[in-house]
Amino acid sequence: MYDPASAVSGTQAVFAAHADHAAVIALKSMATDAKFDRNEMTITVARESVIAAAAALKQAGYNFLEDVTAVDWLPSEPRYQIVYHILSHRMKQRIRLVARLFNDDAAIDSITSVWPSANFYEREIFDLFGVHFGGHPNLKRIMMPEDWPGHPLRKDYPVEGYR
Amino acid sequence: MATAPDLIDPSIDDVMADAKRHGDKGAEDHTMILNMGPQHPSTHGVLRLVLEIDGENVVSCAPDIGYLHTGIEKTCEAKFYQQVVPLTDRIDYLSPMTNNLCYCLAVEKLLGLEIPERAQYIRVLLNELTRISSHLVWLGTHALDIGALTMFLYCWREREDISRIYENVSGQRMMSSYFRIGGLALEPPLNLFKQVQDFVTKMPERIDLYENMLTGNPIWMGRLKGVGYLSAEDAIALGVTGPPMRASGVDWDLRRDMPYSGYEKFDFKVPVSDVGDVWARYVVRMQEMRESLKICQQALDGMPEGRIHAVAPKIVLPDREQMKTQMESMIHHFKIVTEGFAVPAGEVFQAVESPRGEMGYYAVSDGTAKPYRVHMRNPSFATLQALETMCKGRMLADVVAVIGSIDIVLGEIDR
Repeated sequence: MYDPASAVSGTQAVFAAHADHAAVIALKSMATDAKFDRNEMTITVARESVIAAAAALKQAGYNFLEDVTAVDWLPSEPRYQIVYHILSHRMKQRIRLVARLFNDDAAIDSITSVWPSANFYEREIFDLFGVHFGGHPNLKRIMMPEDWPGHPLRKDYPVEGYR
Repeated sequence: MATAPDLIDPSIDDVMADAKRHGDKGAEDHTMILNMGPQHPSTHGVLRLVLEIDGENVVSCAPDIGYLHTGIEKTCEAKFYQQVVPLTDRIDYLSPMTNNLCYCLAVEKLLGLEIPERAQYIRVLLNELTRISSHLVWLGTHALDIGALTMFLYCWREREDISRIYENVSGQRMMSSYFRIGGLALEPPLNLFKQVQDFVTKMPERIDLYENMLTGNPIWMGRLKGVGYLSAEDAIALGVTGPPMRASGVDWDLRRDMPYSGYEKFDFKVPVSDVGDVWARYVVRMQEMRESLKICQQALDGMPEGRIHAVAPKIVLPDREQMKTQMESMIHHFKIVTEGFAVPAGEVFQAVESPRGEMGYYAVSDGTAKPYRVHMRNPSFATLQALETMCKGRMLADVVAVIGSIDIVLGEIDR
């Protein structure tokens, strides 16, 4: 069974324990938080440096953007957690990059300039969470109809929808 | 991507502005917008494409999706962990077992459960059968789209055998929901392995039969070769995975490179081609079916004895027999069914190689019995982004061949 004590959290502790991890080296200057849990590395960066962080990871050999998604942590602040899963084909390793956004300013830069595949994922988050992606080439709803009220995956949106 | 999406459902202002922009130079504006789908047989579901065409040539191609959006990710948040398993079948309905496996592995990773070897082998066996079944649907419909109508019937004949195996093992032909968090639903029926062995024995000849009909066929070659080229760089940049990526020359398969569920114990080759066209995707998938049969054979030969569940009474439902005779088992059963089981807080991302590419489940737990967030990274969703790159500059009829070759399932695109 999973032992919560096995998780390492905090930038310094993680960076000390995994000093030779390629993502740790790449994001050393940008990381604001880090966690190593269940064999998965999570590194948090400020939202302003998300493009720089993505580019640094790409430079470090993480060549494939697998997934971008979001988590709504209502009612806590920062409310939105934008999650990027990036894979390295060469190192056979995956890294989770996280940026946190406050409710009153839910916007972040698009990383489509680094990985064009982020296009659909970011549109999906824009549609279902209402997070704005600056610099996105075509930021429109993707799942829901254009005139749909609300963003269904937000926690304050009822599961049955509004009736 | 820049021009066509603006033309989806234009308002009258847009139309007027467009007319004004072209003014008296109407003759130069010789492209036309063609709407393909959502009700179109060769879009394999409810995909809508907005194609800008210049004569027969495709200038741009913008997919419009969401017609099948059912909010599965939202529904997951309202269910107990074990109640999510049947929802996962409905995402990629052509490979239900792969979805089950990926979700179960993700939750097992959150829980830190060890799965017994027998359960792992049966999972691998059924997953490879799922791959063959899914590839048979792809081959049948792809050939049907291109005009080889006979293939469809042959493929369905073999798929029927796999559907019967599904029915035998889980009671369902499509939405199997056979895997459980911590193992399998039931010990498989006694005749299952013989049934699978019969299938595995006769299938290589059947694949030869398909190849006899298609591989040397001049019409088939003419429609496939050189169509829908995708370079390795574009495949990676656009998030393409699975057979289309391997057909573009990227040698990557999660089963071999980041093994899960005991795949490291199996010996198989990963077919790769560096041609990158529709033909290469056909060749790669045909070889993949043969490799899957090899894995099935190894799983049958090496099938270990033992338990099919992890030892975790608070997570795995007890045997019927135990539940009726032992007080403690009955309490566990009652508690799992009525209030679920708490999963330690945390987040995991688990990816598996589905027939279409990398399927990943991102599960977040807040320490309660219901997932806080489940997100599915589905291969078709990302692969669809590469459609324009593959279709641009080609003939309109090639769009049908390209859609067939990327083997999309709209259920997992829209979720």
